[in-house]
Amino acid sequence: MRTALTVLRKDLRLELRTLETVPAMALFAVSTFVVFHFGLGRVTIDGQLAAGVLTATLLFAAMLGINRLFVAEREQGGFDAFLLAPVDRTALLIAKAAALFVFLTLLEVVAVPAFALLLLGPSLGPPLPGLIAVLALADLGIAVIGTLVSAIAVHTRARDLIGPLLGLPLLIPALLATARAAGPLLASHATTSPPGKWIAILALYDVVFALLAYAVFDFLLED
Amino acid sequence: MTIYGKGLRGLSLATIATLSVAFSLVFFYAPLDADQGFVQKIFYLHVPLAIVSLCGFVFGAALAVGYLRTGDRRWDMRSYVAIHMALIFGIGGLITGSIWAKASWGHWWVWSEPTLVSFLIVLLLFATYQPLRFSIEDPERQARYASVFSVIAGAFVPLNFLAVRLAQEYVHPRVLTLGGGNLPGPMRLTFLISLAGIGLLYVTMWKYEMTAKNARMQLRALRRALLGDDAVRPAGRSAAPS
Repeated sequence: MRTALTVLRKDLRLELRTLETVPAMALFAVSTFVVFHFGLGRVTIDGQLAAGVLTATLLFAAMLGINRLFVAEREQGGFDAFLLAPVDRTALLIAKAAALFVFLTLLEVVAVPAFALLLLGPSLGPPLPGLIAVLALADLGIAVIGTLVSAIAVHTRARDLIGPLLGLPLLIPALLATARAAGPLLASHATTSPPGKWIAILALYDVVFALLAYAVFDFLLED
Repeated sequence: MTIYGKGLRGLSLATIATLSVAFSLVFFYAPLDADQGFVQKIFYLHVPLAIVSLCGFVFGAALAVGYLRTGDRRWDMRSYVAIHMALIFGIGGLITGSIWAKASWGHWWVWSEPTLVSFLIVLLLFATYQPLRFSIEDPERQARYASVFSVIAGAFVPLNFLAVRLAQEYVHPRVLTLGGGNLPGPMRLTFLISLAGIGLLYVTMWKYEMTAKNARMQLRALRRALLGDDAVRPAGRSAAPS
Protein backbone atom coordinates (compact mmCIF):
# COMPACT_ATOMS: atom_id res chain seq x y z
CA MET A 1 0.00 0.00 0.00
CA ARG A 2 2.85 2.36 0.80
CA THR A 3 4.40 1.59 -2.56
CA ALA A 4 1.16 2.41 -4.30
CA LEU A 5 0.95 5.70 -2.45
CA THR A 6 4.52 6.55 -3.40
CA VAL A 7 3.92 5.83 -7.07
CA LEU A 8 0.65 7.76 -6.98
CA ARG A 9 2.38 10.73 -5.39
CA LYS A 10 5.06 10.54 -8.09
CA ASP A 11 2.44 10.54 -10.84
CA LEU A 12 0.50 13.41 -9.38
CA ARG A 13 3.64 15.47 -8.85
CA LEU A 14 4.71 14.74 -12.42
CA GLU A 15 1.34 15.91 -13.68
CA LEU A 16 1.43 19.00 -11.50
CA ARG A 17 4.84 20.00 -12.84
CA THR A 18 4.34 19.22 -16.51
CA LEU A 19 0.57 19.86 -16.77
CA GLU A 20 0.51 17.55 -19.74
CA THR A 21 -2.55 15.36 -19.41
CA VAL A 22 -5.40 16.93 -17.45
CA PRO A 23 -5.46 20.34 -19.18
CA ALA A 24 -5.39 18.58 -22.55
CA MET A 25 -8.29 16.36 -21.49
CA ALA A 26 -10.31 19.35 -20.26
CA LEU A 27 -9.66 21.39 -23.39
CA PHE A 28 -10.56 18.44 -25.53
CA ALA A 29 -13.85 18.00 -23.65
CA VAL A 30 -14.84 21.65 -24.06
CA SER A 31 -14.00 21.58 -27.78
CA THR A 32 -16.12 18.46 -28.13
CA PHE A 33 -19.09 20.27 -26.57
CA VAL A 34 -18.71 22.97 -29.22
CA VAL A 35 -18.65 20.31 -31.93
CA PHE A 36 -21.76 18.72 -30.46
CA HIS A 37 -23.52 22.09 -30.40
CA PHE A 38 -23.01 22.51 -34.14
CA GLY A 39 -23.31 18.85 -34.99
CA LEU A 40 -26.67 18.49 -33.26
CA GLY A 41 -27.82 21.96 -34.27
CA ARG A 42 -29.27 22.53 -30.80
CA VAL A 43 -28.81 25.39 -28.36
CA THR A 44 -29.73 23.32 -25.32
CA ILE A 45 -30.17 19.62 -24.79
CA ASP A 46 -31.67 17.56 -21.98
CA GLY A 47 -32.59 14.05 -20.90
CA GLN A 48 -31.08 11.02 -22.52
CA LEU A 49 -29.49 13.05 -25.32
CA ALA A 50 -27.63 15.21 -22.79
CA ALA A 51 -26.50 12.12 -20.91
CA GLY A 52 -25.21 10.58 -24.13
CA VAL A 53 -23.31 13.71 -25.14
CA LEU A 54 -21.75 14.01 -21.70
CA THR A 55 -20.78 10.34 -21.55
CA ALA A 56 -19.30 10.26 -25.03
CA THR A 57 -17.30 13.43 -24.39
CA LEU A 58 -15.93 12.17 -21.09
CA LEU A 59 -15.05 8.85 -22.70
CA PHE A 60 -13.08 10.43 -25.51
CA ALA A 61 -11.31 12.79 -23.15
CA ALA A 62 -10.51 9.83 -20.90
CA MET A 63 -8.93 8.07 -23.86
CA LEU A 64 -6.33 10.84 -24.03
CA GLY A 65 -5.37 10.20 -20.44
CA ILE A 66 -5.40 6.44 -20.89
CA ASN A 67 -3.00 6.68 -23.81
CA ARG A 68 -0.52 8.71 -21.81
CA LEU A 69 -0.76 6.78 -18.56
CA PHE A 70 2.30 4.58 -18.92
CA VAL A 71 4.27 6.60 -21.45
CA ALA A 72 6.70 8.03 -18.90
CA GLU A 73 7.32 4.54 -17.48
CA ARG A 74 8.06 3.18 -20.89
CA GLU A 75 10.25 5.99 -22.16
CA GLN A 76 12.28 6.57 -19.04
CA GLY A 77 12.74 3.06 -17.75
CA GLY A 78 10.18 3.23 -14.96
CA PHE A 79 9.04 -0.32 -15.69
CA ASP A 80 12.52 -1.71 -15.19
CA ALA A 81 13.03 0.28 -12.05
CA PHE A 82 9.71 -0.93 -10.69
CA LEU A 83 10.53 -4.56 -11.50
CA LEU A 84 13.91 -4.24 -9.81
CA ALA A 85 12.35 -2.94 -6.63
CA PRO A 86 11.32 -5.64 -4.12
CA VAL A 87 7.66 -4.60 -4.05
CA ASP A 88 4.31 -6.12 -4.91
CA ARG A 89 3.47 -5.54 -8.56
CA THR A 90 -0.19 -4.94 -7.79
CA ALA A 91 0.93 -1.67 -6.24
CA LEU A 92 1.57 -0.28 -9.72
CA LEU A 93 -1.96 -1.21 -10.82
CA ILE A 94 -3.48 0.44 -7.77
CA ALA A 95 -1.33 3.55 -8.12
CA LYS A 96 -1.98 3.98 -11.83
CA ALA A 97 -5.71 3.36 -11.51
CA ALA A 98 -5.84 5.86 -8.66
CA ALA A 99 -3.91 8.40 -10.71
CA LEU A 100 -6.27 7.95 -13.62
CA PHE A 101 -9.23 8.28 -11.26
CA VAL A 102 -7.86 11.57 -9.97
CA PHE A 103 -7.29 12.81 -13.54
CA LEU A 104 -10.84 11.88 -14.49
CA THR A 105 -12.25 13.61 -11.43
CA LEU A 106 -10.32 16.76 -12.27
CA LEU A 107 -11.53 16.52 -15.85
CA GLU A 108 -15.13 16.33 -14.67
CA VAL A 109 -14.67 19.27 -12.30
CA VAL A 110 -14.05 21.32 -15.44
CA ALA A 111 -16.13 19.48 -18.01
CA VAL A 112 -19.42 19.07 -16.12
CA PRO A 113 -19.83 22.79 -15.26
CA ALA A 114 -18.78 23.64 -18.81
CA PHE A 115 -21.42 21.25 -20.07
CA ALA A 116 -24.06 22.81 -17.83
CA LEU A 117 -23.05 26.24 -19.05
CA LEU A 118 -22.77 25.52 -22.76
CA LEU A 119 -25.31 22.87 -23.59
CA LEU A 120 -27.51 21.62 -20.76
CA GLY A 121 -31.05 23.01 -20.75
CA PRO A 122 -32.35 22.13 -17.26
CA SER A 123 -30.55 23.34 -14.16
CA LEU A 124 -27.77 21.15 -12.87
CA GLY A 125 -28.28 22.01 -9.20
CA PRO A 126 -30.91 19.52 -7.91
CA PRO A 127 -29.61 16.35 -9.59
CA LEU A 128 -25.95 17.14 -8.89
CA PRO A 129 -25.40 14.71 -5.96
CA GLY A 130 -26.88 11.85 -7.98
CA LEU A 131 -24.79 12.78 -10.99
CA ILE A 132 -21.65 12.86 -8.85
CA ALA A 133 -22.39 9.34 -7.61
CA VAL A 134 -22.95 8.05 -11.15
CA LEU A 135 -19.82 9.70 -12.47
CA ALA A 136 -17.72 8.44 -9.56
CA LEU A 137 -18.74 4.86 -10.33
CA ALA A 138 -18.11 5.42 -14.03
CA ASP A 139 -14.68 6.88 -13.28
CA LEU A 140 -13.82 3.84 -11.22
CA GLY A 141 -14.63 1.55 -14.12
CA ILE A 142 -12.80 3.72 -16.65
CA ALA A 143 -9.80 3.95 -14.32
CA VAL A 144 -9.51 0.18 -13.86
CA ILE A 145 -10.13 -0.78 -17.48
CA GLY A 146 -8.07 2.15 -18.73
CA THR A 147 -5.08 1.11 -16.64
CA LEU A 148 -5.34 -2.44 -17.88
CA VAL A 149 -5.70 -1.42 -21.52
CA SER A 150 -2.93 1.13 -21.24
CA ALA A 151 -0.57 -1.42 -19.72
CA ILE A 152 -1.31 -3.76 -22.63
CA ALA A 153 -1.09 -1.09 -25.32
CA VAL A 154 2.09 0.61 -24.15
CA HIS A 155 4.26 -2.26 -25.31
CA THR A 156 2.75 -2.51 -28.79
CA ARG A 157 4.09 -0.85 -31.88
CA ALA A 158 0.95 1.17 -32.58
CA ARG A 159 0.10 1.99 -28.98
CA ASP A 160 -1.98 5.10 -29.64
CA LEU A 161 -4.09 2.97 -31.91
CA ILE A 162 -4.36 -0.18 -29.83
CA GLY A 163 -5.37 1.63 -26.63
CA PRO A 164 -8.66 3.11 -27.86
CA LEU A 165 -9.31 0.09 -30.05
CA LEU A 166 -9.25 -2.23 -27.03
CA GLY A 167 -10.68 0.24 -24.57
CA LEU A 168 -13.84 1.28 -26.38
CA PRO A 169 -15.57 -2.10 -26.66
CA LEU A 170 -14.51 -3.04 -23.13
CA LEU A 171 -16.02 0.17 -21.81
CA ILE A 172 -19.30 -0.02 -23.73
CA PRO A 173 -21.30 -1.73 -20.94
CA ALA A 174 -20.02 0.73 -18.34
CA LEU A 175 -20.80 3.72 -20.54
CA LEU A 176 -24.18 2.38 -21.46
CA ALA A 177 -24.99 2.09 -17.76
CA THR A 178 -23.60 5.57 -17.09
CA ALA A 179 -25.62 7.17 -19.85
CA ARG A 180 -28.81 5.40 -18.80
CA ALA A 181 -28.28 6.30 -15.15
CA ALA A 182 -27.57 9.94 -15.97
CA GLY A 183 -30.45 10.31 -18.44
CA PRO A 184 -33.29 10.78 -15.94
CA LEU A 185 -31.09 13.11 -13.87
CA LEU A 186 -30.61 15.50 -16.78
CA ALA A 187 -34.23 15.48 -17.96
CA SER A 188 -36.23 18.72 -17.90
CA HIS A 189 -38.31 17.66 -14.90
CA ALA A 190 -35.53 15.72 -13.36
CA THR A 191 -35.60 13.12 -10.67
CA THR A 192 -32.90 13.62 -8.09
CA SER A 193 -31.89 10.02 -7.53
CA PRO A 194 -30.43 7.91 -10.34
CA PRO A 195 -32.12 4.61 -11.26
CA GLY A 196 -30.87 1.90 -8.91
CA LYS A 197 -30.69 -0.77 -11.59
CA TRP A 198 -27.97 1.08 -13.47
CA ILE A 199 -26.05 1.99 -10.35
CA ALA A 200 -26.02 -1.70 -9.47
CA ILE A 201 -24.78 -2.69 -12.93
CA LEU A 202 -22.05 -0.07 -12.86
CA ALA A 203 -20.94 -1.22 -9.44
CA LEU A 204 -20.98 -4.86 -10.52
CA TYR A 205 -18.96 -4.04 -13.61
CA ASP A 206 -16.42 -2.11 -11.56
CA VAL A 207 -16.02 -4.94 -9.06
CA VAL A 208 -15.65 -7.66 -11.70
CA PHE A 209 -13.07 -5.74 -13.67
CA ALA A 210 -11.17 -4.73 -10.56
CA LEU A 211 -10.85 -8.41 -9.62
CA LEU A 212 -9.95 -9.34 -13.17
CA ALA A 213 -7.31 -6.62 -13.38
CA TYR A 214 -5.87 -7.77 -10.06
CA ALA A 215 -5.67 -11.33 -11.41
CA VAL A 216 -3.95 -10.59 -14.73
CA PHE A 217 -1.93 -7.43 -14.12
CA ASP A 218 1.18 -9.30 -12.94
CA PHE A 219 1.52 -10.96 -16.32
CA LEU A 220 1.78 -7.59 -18.03
CA LEU A 221 4.86 -6.64 -16.05
CA GLU A 222 6.95 -9.79 -16.36
CA ASP A 223 10.13 -9.57 -18.31
CA MET B 1 6.03 -34.04 -30.79
CA THR B 2 2.28 -34.14 -30.84
CA ILE B 3 0.69 -35.14 -34.09
CA TYR B 4 -2.53 -33.18 -34.32
CA GLY B 5 -3.60 -34.89 -37.49
CA LYS B 6 -4.60 -37.93 -35.47
CA GLY B 7 -8.34 -38.53 -35.66
CA LEU B 8 -8.78 -35.73 -38.14
CA ARG B 9 -10.26 -37.96 -40.84
CA GLY B 10 -12.87 -39.47 -38.52
CA LEU B 11 -13.74 -36.06 -37.19
CA SER B 12 -14.13 -34.60 -40.68
CA LEU B 13 -16.39 -37.46 -41.74
CA ALA B 14 -18.51 -37.08 -38.60
CA THR B 15 -18.82 -33.37 -39.29
CA ILE B 16 -19.89 -33.88 -42.89
CA ALA B 17 -22.39 -36.55 -41.88
CA THR B 18 -23.90 -34.45 -39.07
CA LEU B 19 -24.13 -31.36 -41.25
CA SER B 20 -25.74 -33.35 -44.09
CA VAL B 21 -28.32 -34.80 -41.71
CA ALA B 22 -28.90 -31.36 -40.22
CA PHE B 23 -29.48 -29.67 -43.57
CA SER B 24 -31.71 -32.49 -44.80
CA LEU B 25 -33.79 -32.06 -41.68
CA VAL B 26 -33.87 -28.31 -42.17
CA PHE B 27 -35.20 -28.57 -45.69
CA PHE B 28 -37.37 -31.67 -45.59
CA TYR B 29 -38.43 -32.30 -42.02
CA ALA B 30 -38.70 -29.11 -40.03
CA PRO B 31 -42.10 -27.48 -40.51
CA LEU B 32 -42.44 -24.08 -42.14
CA ASP B 33 -42.87 -21.29 -39.65
CA ALA B 34 -46.43 -20.00 -39.65
CA ASP B 35 -45.48 -16.30 -39.61
CA GLN B 36 -42.18 -16.13 -41.39
CA GLY B 37 -42.37 -18.96 -43.88
CA PHE B 38 -39.29 -20.31 -45.57
CA VAL B 39 -36.88 -17.59 -44.50
CA GLN B 40 -37.17 -18.73 -40.90
CA LYS B 41 -35.00 -21.71 -41.83
CA ILE B 42 -31.92 -19.51 -41.73
CA PHE B 43 -32.41 -19.74 -37.99
CA TYR B 44 -30.94 -23.26 -38.08
CA LEU B 45 -27.72 -21.81 -39.45
CA HIS B 46 -27.64 -18.43 -37.74
CA VAL B 47 -28.25 -19.39 -34.13
CA PRO B 48 -25.79 -22.32 -34.06
CA LEU B 49 -23.13 -20.13 -35.69
CA ALA B 50 -23.61 -17.46 -33.05
CA ILE B 51 -23.68 -19.90 -30.13
CA VAL B 52 -20.62 -21.79 -31.35
CA SER B 53 -18.77 -18.54 -31.93
CA LEU B 54 -19.46 -17.34 -28.39
CA CYS B 55 -18.44 -20.71 -26.97
CA GLY B 56 -15.30 -20.48 -29.12
CA PHE B 57 -14.39 -17.14 -27.52
CA VAL B 58 -14.81 -18.56 -24.04
CA PHE B 59 -12.89 -21.69 -25.09
CA GLY B 60 -10.07 -19.43 -26.31
CA ALA B 61 -10.07 -17.68 -22.94
CA ALA B 62 -9.81 -21.02 -21.13
CA LEU B 63 -6.87 -22.05 -23.30
CA ALA B 64 -5.23 -18.70 -22.62
CA VAL B 65 -5.49 -19.42 -18.90
CA GLY B 66 -3.57 -22.60 -19.73
CA TYR B 67 -0.80 -20.51 -21.23
CA LEU B 68 -0.66 -18.11 -18.29
CA ARG B 69 -0.44 -21.04 -15.87
CA THR B 70 2.16 -23.10 -17.71
CA GLY B 71 4.03 -20.67 -19.95
CA ASP B 72 3.93 -23.29 -22.73
CA ARG B 73 3.43 -21.46 -25.99
CA ARG B 74 1.45 -24.24 -27.55
CA TRP B 75 -1.43 -23.27 -25.25
CA ASP B 76 -1.24 -19.78 -26.64
CA MET B 77 -1.33 -21.13 -30.17
CA ARG B 78 -4.42 -23.18 -29.34
CA SER B 79 -6.07 -20.11 -27.88
CA TYR B 80 -5.13 -18.09 -30.94
CA VAL B 81 -6.66 -20.63 -33.31
CA ALA B 82 -9.79 -20.91 -31.16
CA ILE B 83 -10.38 -17.16 -31.22
CA HIS B 84 -9.49 -16.87 -34.88
CA MET B 85 -12.04 -19.55 -35.80
CA ALA B 86 -14.65 -18.11 -33.46
CA LEU B 87 -14.25 -14.75 -35.19
CA ILE B 88 -14.94 -16.32 -38.58
CA PHE B 89 -17.99 -18.13 -37.23
CA GLY B 90 -19.09 -14.92 -35.52
CA ILE B 91 -18.96 -12.92 -38.74
CA GLY B 92 -20.98 -15.68 -40.39
CA GLY B 93 -23.49 -15.46 -37.56
CA LEU B 94 -23.75 -11.70 -37.87
CA ILE B 95 -24.32 -11.81 -41.62
CA THR B 96 -26.94 -14.56 -41.44
CA GLY B 97 -28.58 -12.68 -38.57
CA SER B 98 -28.75 -9.55 -40.64
CA ILE B 99 -30.36 -11.41 -43.53
CA TRP B 100 -32.91 -12.92 -41.19
CA ALA B 101 -33.65 -9.56 -39.62
CA LYS B 102 -34.16 -7.99 -43.05
CA ALA B 103 -36.47 -10.77 -44.12
CA SER B 104 -38.60 -10.99 -41.00
CA TRP B 105 -38.48 -7.48 -39.53
CA GLY B 106 -37.73 -5.47 -42.66
CA HIS B 107 -34.48 -3.94 -41.40
CA TRP B 108 -30.90 -5.09 -41.78
CA TRP B 109 -30.15 -4.03 -38.26
CA VAL B 110 -32.45 -3.98 -35.25
CA TRP B 111 -31.28 -2.13 -32.14
CA SER B 112 -34.13 -3.45 -30.03
CA GLU B 113 -32.83 -6.99 -30.16
CA PRO B 114 -30.34 -7.19 -27.28
CA THR B 115 -28.71 -10.44 -28.38
CA LEU B 116 -27.79 -8.93 -31.73
CA VAL B 117 -26.33 -5.79 -30.18
CA SER B 118 -24.33 -7.64 -27.52
CA PHE B 119 -23.02 -9.96 -30.17
CA LEU B 120 -21.81 -7.02 -32.23
CA ILE B 121 -19.99 -5.53 -29.23
CA VAL B 122 -18.31 -8.85 -28.44
CA LEU B 123 -17.26 -9.19 -32.06
CA LEU B 124 -15.88 -5.63 -32.07
CA LEU B 125 -13.81 -6.45 -29.02
CA PHE B 126 -12.43 -9.70 -30.38
CA ALA B 127 -11.70 -8.08 -33.73
CA THR B 128 -8.94 -6.19 -31.93
CA TYR B 129 -7.25 -9.43 -30.91
CA GLN B 130 -5.16 -9.78 -34.05
CA PRO B 131 -4.15 -6.11 -34.40
CA LEU B 132 -3.05 -6.23 -30.76
CA ARG B 133 -1.22 -9.49 -31.11
CA PHE B 134 0.72 -8.65 -34.22
CA SER B 135 1.78 -5.21 -33.11
CA ILE B 136 3.93 -6.78 -30.41
CA GLU B 137 7.27 -7.92 -31.76
CA ASP B 138 8.74 -10.06 -29.03
CA PRO B 139 7.10 -13.53 -29.37
CA GLU B 140 7.07 -14.28 -25.62
CA ARG B 141 5.44 -10.97 -24.83
CA GLN B 142 3.07 -11.42 -27.76
CA ALA B 143 1.85 -14.71 -26.33
CA ARG B 144 1.50 -13.31 -22.83
CA TYR B 145 -0.33 -10.15 -23.80
CA ALA B 146 -2.61 -11.96 -26.19
CA SER B 147 -3.46 -14.42 -23.41
CA VAL B 148 -4.19 -11.65 -20.95
CA PHE B 149 -6.43 -10.05 -23.55
CA SER B 150 -8.28 -13.31 -24.19
CA VAL B 151 -8.94 -13.83 -20.49
CA ILE B 152 -10.30 -10.31 -20.07
CA ALA B 153 -12.37 -10.53 -23.22
CA GLY B 154 -13.70 -13.99 -22.31
CA ALA B 155 -14.92 -12.66 -18.97
CA PHE B 156 -16.39 -9.67 -20.77
CA VAL B 157 -18.75 -11.83 -22.87
CA PRO B 158 -21.34 -12.69 -20.18
CA LEU B 159 -21.15 -9.26 -18.51
CA ASN B 160 -21.78 -7.53 -21.78
CA PHE B 161 -24.80 -9.71 -22.50
CA LEU B 162 -26.21 -8.89 -19.09
CA ALA B 163 -25.77 -5.13 -19.50
CA VAL B 164 -27.16 -4.93 -23.01
CA ARG B 165 -30.12 -7.17 -22.18
CA LEU B 166 -31.05 -4.90 -19.30
CA ALA B 167 -30.71 -1.79 -21.44
CA GLN B 168 -33.80 -2.69 -23.44
CA GLU B 169 -36.69 -0.85 -21.89
CA TYR B 170 -39.39 -3.09 -23.24
CA VAL B 171 -38.67 -6.75 -23.28
CA HIS B 172 -38.68 -8.18 -26.75
CA PRO B 173 -40.71 -11.38 -26.94
CA ARG B 174 -38.22 -14.20 -26.67
CA VAL B 175 -39.45 -16.41 -29.45
CA LEU B 176 -36.30 -18.48 -29.47
CA THR B 177 -34.61 -19.07 -26.17
CA LEU B 178 -31.21 -20.71 -26.13
CA GLY B 179 -32.48 -24.06 -24.89
CA GLY B 180 -35.09 -24.09 -27.62
CA GLY B 181 -37.56 -23.90 -24.73
CA ASN B 182 -40.68 -22.99 -26.65
CA LEU B 183 -39.89 -24.53 -29.99
CA PRO B 184 -42.16 -27.27 -31.24
CA GLY B 185 -40.60 -30.76 -31.21
CA PRO B 186 -39.49 -31.20 -34.85
CA MET B 187 -38.00 -27.72 -34.88
CA ARG B 188 -36.14 -28.36 -31.66
CA LEU B 189 -34.70 -31.63 -32.93
CA THR B 190 -33.55 -29.99 -36.16
CA PHE B 191 -32.08 -27.11 -34.24
CA LEU B 192 -30.14 -29.36 -31.86
CA ILE B 193 -28.70 -31.42 -34.71
CA SER B 194 -27.72 -28.25 -36.58
CA LEU B 195 -26.07 -26.99 -33.42
CA ALA B 196 -24.13 -30.24 -33.11
CA GLY B 197 -23.12 -30.04 -36.78
CA ILE B 198 -21.83 -26.49 -36.53
CA GLY B 199 -20.09 -27.33 -33.27
CA LEU B 200 -18.35 -30.25 -34.92
CA LEU B 201 -17.44 -28.02 -37.84
CA TYR B 202 -15.79 -25.62 -35.42
CA VAL B 203 -13.81 -28.39 -33.75
CA THR B 204 -12.73 -29.80 -37.11
CA MET B 205 -11.61 -26.42 -38.41
CA TRP B 206 -9.75 -25.77 -35.19
CA LYS B 207 -7.99 -29.10 -35.46
CA TYR B 208 -7.15 -28.55 -39.13
CA GLU B 209 -5.52 -25.24 -38.40
CA MET B 210 -3.65 -26.68 -35.44
CA THR B 211 -2.39 -29.50 -37.64
CA ALA B 212 -1.23 -27.04 -40.28
CA LYS B 213 0.50 -24.86 -37.72
CA ASN B 214 2.19 -27.83 -36.11
CA ALA B 215 3.35 -29.21 -39.42
CA ARG B 216 4.81 -25.83 -40.33
CA MET B 217 6.46 -25.56 -36.95
CA GLN B 218 8.07 -29.00 -37.26
CA LEU B 219 9.15 -28.28 -40.80
CA ARG B 220 10.86 -25.12 -39.67
CA ALA B 221 12.58 -26.97 -36.85
CA LEU B 222 13.82 -29.60 -39.29
CA ARG B 223 15.05 -27.03 -41.76
CA ARG B 224 16.86 -25.23 -39.02
CA ALA B 225 18.50 -28.45 -37.89
CA LEU B 226 19.58 -29.31 -41.43
CA LEU B 227 20.46 -25.95 -42.92
CA GLY B 228 21.37 -23.88 -39.92
CA ASP B 229 19.57 -20.99 -38.23
CA ASP B 230 20.17 -18.48 -41.01
CA ALA B 231 18.38 -20.50 -43.67
CA VAL B 232 15.00 -20.14 -41.94
CA ARG B 233 13.40 -16.74 -42.10
CA PRO B 234 11.53 -15.51 -39.02
CA ALA B 235 7.87 -16.40 -39.07
CA GLY B 236 6.37 -12.91 -39.36
CA ARG B 237 2.67 -12.74 -38.57
CA SER B 238 2.29 -16.11 -36.95
CA ALA B 239 1.15 -17.31 -33.58
CA ALA B 240 3.09 -20.54 -33.90
CA PRO B 241 6.13 -20.94 -31.70
CA SER B 242 9.08 -21.48 -33.99
